[in-house]
Amino acid sequence: MNPKFRRLFITIIIILTLGLATKLILMALEDNIVYFYTPNDLIVKFGDTQNIQNKIRIGGLVLESSIKKEDEKTIFIITDKKKEVKVVFDGPLPDLFREGQGVVAEGIFKNSNFIASEVLAKHDENYMPPEVADALKKNNIWKDGSD
Amino acid sequence: MFDWLANPNRFNRITEKIQPYILLIAIITLISGLYFSLFDSPKDYQQGDAVRIMYVHVPSAWLASFLYFSLAISCVFYLVWKHPLADLVSSSMAPIGALFSALTLVTGSLWGKPMWGTWWVWDARLTSMLVLFFFYLGYILLSNAFERKIDGSKTASVLAIVGLINLPIVKFSVDWWHTLHQPASIIKIGGPSIDDKMLLPLILMIFALSFFSLYMIILNVKTKLIEKKCEALLLKSNLEEMSKIG
Repeated sequence: MNPKFRRLFITIIIILTLGLATKLILMALEDNIVYFYTPNDLIVKFGDTQNIQNKIRIGGLVLESSIKKEDEKTIFIITDKKKEVKVVFDGPLPDLFREGQGVVAEGIFKNSNFIASEVLAKHDENYMPPEVADALKKNNIWKDGSD
Repeated sequence: MFDWLANPNRFNRITEKIQPYILLIAIITLISGLYFSLFDSPKDYQQGDAVRIMYVHVPSAWLASFLYFSLAISCVFYLVWKHPLADLVSSSMAPIGALFSALTLVTGSLWGKPMWGTWWVWDARLTSMLVLFFFYLGYILLSNAFERKIDGSKTASVLAIVGLINLPIVKFSVDWWHTLHQPASIIKIGGPSIDDKMLLPLILMIFALSFFSLYMIILNVKTKLIEKKCEALLLKSNLEEMSKIG
């Protein structure tokens, strides 16, 4: 084999091997890479929220008309359209926080309530002017931002 | 074919002709792109005016990834075919790519604070982008870390090729795992999910930054070629000097 092709061959083998190794590492670390769980993921993974002792993050949509204010606290429900989690939070909410919005909350479970220490807003991949959004909503072709 | 491309004289002759046009396209697209992104594009229905950060953030991120890909491919040419010009090309791309990945991180942070409510989170997209930035820095540091330039070039090239693994992770992190960062809007199944009036400035800015990068890379390579020539001339005159004395 001429040296050029040998070097090319070695380079390709190195890339493939490293790619495979990286894939395996990422698969093994999946739990640490996932930034949040959806409420349904939690049930699939842990069975019951009682089993979760550590700080975790849950993500989903804020359920329509579920936002309540109690003193300083904001109480709302995160849903993934399969399961729901009740979240209690006292702290500053991001501007994008509203009903139907994607959010990620970090905190711990206490008696099946999720006590959040931080709430972040998540936005989807759709970008459009407000007029277009209104028109879509009016014509009932608005698709909800659940992924 | 690569030999044909890799001839420094031919490179100089060809780029001499096309360089002014590249600069012209870069300036025109940059001015029109900035005009559309800042003044003549709609607010987003959710994000308001903050969406305008996208017109710098997204092109920077694309350029950072694309330049890294080109850099690593150029390193393959250097290691396999041993073309010295390939090394000059990759080392000319590195600072520009590093700049764009830094710009991506900074603008992303500025965008994240008002929209998400945080400057930074360790989700898969943000972290892999930071890793890309570190690969650029590693490449630059390593290629200058050896006494003999050629050792540095070779070691840094190997590092650059290893870093290639990170690129699909940057691109697909938002699909593979739950991340705070939203998924792709432009290159995705089913076509872009972004309004045409917003797509226009975005595409103009991508062209602007691409042509700007191309121009800077050519300029960098030329400078490095002149540097090499100077070194060779200096060496030659020193040798002549010595032979006279000797």
